[in-house]
Amino acid sequence: MLAYLLRRLLYAIPILIGVNLITFALFFIVNTPDDMARMQLGVKRVTAEAIEKWKAERGYDKPLFVNAKAPGVDVVTDTIFFSKSARMFVGDFGRAEDGRDITKEITSRMGPSLAIALPTFILGLFVTVSFALLLAFFRATYLDFWGVVLCVAMMSISGLFYIIGGQYLISKLWRLVPISGYTAGLDAWKFLILPVLIGVISGIGSSARWYRTIFLEEIGKDYVRTARAKGLSEITVLFRHVLRNAMIPILTGVVVVIPLLFMGSLLTESFFGIPGLGSYTIDAINAQDFAVVRAMVFIGSVLYIVGLILTDISYTFVDPRIRFE
Amino acid sequence: MNEEQNPILAVRDLRMGFANGVRHAQRVLAAVDGVSFDVHAGETLALLGESGCGKSATALSLLRLLPAAGRVLGGEVRFEGSDLLQLPEADMRAVRGGGMAMIFQEPATSLNPVLTVGRQIDEVLEKHLRLTGAAAQARALELLKAVGIADAERRLSEYPFQLSGGMKQRVMIAVALAGNPRLLIADEPTTALDVTIQAQILDLLRRLQAERGMGMLLITHDLGVVAQMAHRVGVMYAGEIVEEAPREAFFTEPRHPYTQKLFAALPDLSRRGGKLETIAGQVPPLSAMPAGCRFAARCPHAWERCREESPAWTDLQDGHRVRCHWVEEQQRGESRHSGESRNPEAHPWIPAFAGVTVAVERLLEVDNLRVHFPIRRGFFQRVVGHVKAVDGVSLELARGRTLALVGESGCGKTTVGKAILQLIKPTEGSAVLDGLELTGLSRRALRPLRRRMQMIFQDPFASLNPRLSVGDIIAEGMSALGVVGRAKELETAIGALLEQVGLPADAAHRYPHEFSGGQRQRIAIARALAVQPELIVCDEPTSALDVSVQAQILNLLKSLQEQLGLAYLFITHNFAVVEYLAHEVAVMYLGRIVERGTVDEVLHSPRHPYTRALLSAVPSPRLDGSPEIIRLPGETPSPAKPPKGCHFHPRCPQAFDVCRVNYPEPRQASPTQVVRCHLVAP
Repeated sequence: MLAYLLRRLLYAIPILIGVNLITFALFFIVNTPDDMARMQLGVKRVTAEAIEKWKAERGYDKPLFVNAKAPGVDVVTDTIFFSKSARMFVGDFGRAEDGRDITKEITSRMGPSLAIALPTFILGLFVTVSFALLLAFFRATYLDFWGVVLCVAMMSISGLFYIIGGQYLISKLWRLVPISGYTAGLDAWKFLILPVLIGVISGIGSSARWYRTIFLEEIGKDYVRTARAKGLSEITVLFRHVLRNAMIPILTGVVVVIPLLFMGSLLTESFFGIPGLGSYTIDAINAQDFAVVRAMVFIGSVLYIVGLILTDISYTFVDPRIRFE
Repeated sequence: MNEEQNPILAVRDLRMGFANGVRHAQRVLAAVDGVSFDVHAGETLALLGESGCGKSATALSLLRLLPAAGRVLGGEVRFEGSDLLQLPEADMRAVRGGGMAMIFQEPATSLNPVLTVGRQIDEVLEKHLRLTGAAAQARALELLKAVGIADAERRLSEYPFQLSGGMKQRVMIAVALAGNPRLLIADEPTTALDVTIQAQILDLLRRLQAERGMGMLLITHDLGVVAQMAHRVGVMYAGEIVEEAPREAFFTEPRHPYTQKLFAALPDLSRRGGKLETIAGQVPPLSAMPAGCRFAARCPHAWERCREESPAWTDLQDGHRVRCHWVEEQQRGESRHSGESRNPEAHPWIPAFAGVTVAVERLLEVDNLRVHFPIRRGFFQRVVGHVKAVDGVSLELARGRTLALVGESGCGKTTVGKAILQLIKPTEGSAVLDGLELTGLSRRALRPLRRRMQMIFQDPFASLNPRLSVGDIIAEGMSALGVVGRAKELETAIGALLEQVGLPADAAHRYPHEFSGGQRQRIAIARALAVQPELIVCDEPTSALDVSVQAQILNLLKSLQEQLGLAYLFITHNFAVVEYLAHEVAVMYLGRIVERGTVDEVLHSPRHPYTRALLSAVPSPRLDGSPEIIRLPGETPSPAKPPKGCHFHPRCPQAFDVCRVNYPEPRQASPTQVVRCHLVAP
């Protein structure tokens, strides 16, 4: 098991280097520092000097990979790649265009992001699994039929509708919670309730329908018939036998997104004015702040790799047949 | 059994069906139609029948465990005084697993993969005996010991995947016994198991039944299993019981034409060279059951009355009864119709091997073939060992001959077949087809040779692409290997091939799902024949089929061999098929051939203890047929860690010192019989 995990971690290194190189190519070769400067300074009245000055201030005036003029090891270290991209490996993301330290910004914004994403994830999983189990229990009845119709209807409606509709109904008409905003500390709950609720509701349709299919597939298997032949009640059969086996595909499907919860949600955070990483990314895209976007892309891929490794580990917990050697 | 005693289970006029179609246009097609039988304490009633005859549906109806589309339509199931069909669901749950328990065909899928063995037994003890904690633990341990599981304590905390197939079925039996049932329903309990394991499990069931005085309802398609287990037999056909008889009467004098046909369809040495009796036509579909006798369309004795009027029971003697007009008239002494009938035994045999000169032209020569799969472990994935699936196999096969490769699951027989065809790359050794070395050839060099060797697979449901029409399936090989060029010719060729395997030419435009299992296997044979091969590797081509269909396929293979001079490498675990079809036999155990010789030598004077045990374990469909079964302890060891010395010695009843040290060299027992055993004098 340990050897397997070590090997997986080592495999992650070339993947991360690849991701880093591709991000670098995207942000410095496809979109050169000159383009960035022109974008930041305003395209119309920009002089060559101003561009040079902008680049020099931010260290974008160096060569991309090899600095032939520099002495000693600086040949490779005094380059854009080393100072901007390679440093991301040690968690140093440099500064944003407005001069703020990106690393510091990320750590402070992680909290609000998690405060939304984590409850949404846990509550959402619980609600969808329960709903799917209910449909599976009442399989081939009208309840099941209309439940599936409801799922299809809910997944056909855009997420934006839930957000706008929820804000209008709950905050504007009924004035139960504020429309948007955020505050630190325990008082944050009244700002969190609505986005979490909407996050859960908008996810029910597609997940519950999928989980229902998984449950029905398990219910058709031979061991379930054995369990019934033992005289167990349908509820016991469902919870003790079906649920455990169905959790194998369900859990491994959701574990991969757990690390990505840190990244927050682009849509929810910007609509509800939550100062998390999702709205940070959206703002950076609007402001053409490539240093931030680059950092977020890189973090995203690191977290995804972590998610995949966690998925493999979670297999060994839910399925006794899987032991990595 | 005890006739005056009340039966523990009395089924009267049970009818069930499957709902078909959508909501409003739904109708229920009867799959079991008016079935009645009794089971007494300590008695085994075998329900015998081919697939789709309703025997499993009957068993599931008793427990009310039918799948979603199943509906019980009527009748009465009286068990220990109450009618199960009227019980509320909560009371029914007390019967399931308590009064009446069931074991299923496929032990591999019938146990919950994520719960420990102990847990799966405990939940029955908790539900029916209110045992929990240490008491349940102790009882579960007793049960595992009772079903003959060694090292029971450790097994309690293991998961099903850690057990072998035979052990899983023992656990299933332990689970079934946990609630102290008075009736055990066993639905094909040994069909998925090897013969030596089957012998162990049947023994176990018989012993447990005698100890506990349980009634047993045994569902099976295997006449051999019936002969070993049953006290009484009920034969099912198309949802009805057509004959019911005590065991002795059933085997000495089966009366219903269908039963007689079933016996005649069994491949056997006495029929070698001749054609097997087959049953013409097919079981009528549920949607179009004939009004009269359901077997009439396929019956050699049928006349108008059979087609119009469903026959009533005719009592013969001592509980032997038959539903047949022909038997009824015979019984009344009116032999009006018996005269025109043909006695199935009087079938004109084609004399055995007459005119077939033993061809010695060698087509295939395999020498010291090895297929080893590496086992990788640790951080660097080092190779720490090999699974020696095939470990030095040598064999020869001449044109027009059949070599049967026999062995239990996991012995490497299928791997040999695939390695000869280079579908798996052999690790070592050579395979020479008609003077051409096959091993080491590139894919490109092999392609033209593929024309000369083909394979037929076990499962005709999985081996045909469901998205291709039958014509396309057959044409694919022909056009890939350039056998037939023009489209017009291709169509004629496909039609001819289909007719050759006994299918109408217009089958080419249909898709595999429209055909029955036997017809699909015919399509698979046509596909293999399409490129005009000289060698066909048949990998258990009949083991997924019913006996009467198996007979058709075996007849077809035999006549094709006579017409086309094909050589068959016939991979099987079924000795009856070997007797009927093969010229030579090779018996495999753990990757090696332990005995080889002509059919007569190997089947009638086997020299290797394994061959002897294997042969004795095959349940014979006769009353006196089986000599004492040689019981092999344990199960086949893993080919990754074969025992030192002779691989077979830990299970061998005659092993001595040398066997534990050296693997025996091949020894010539006769000019044609080679045995690898220290017991045979060199």
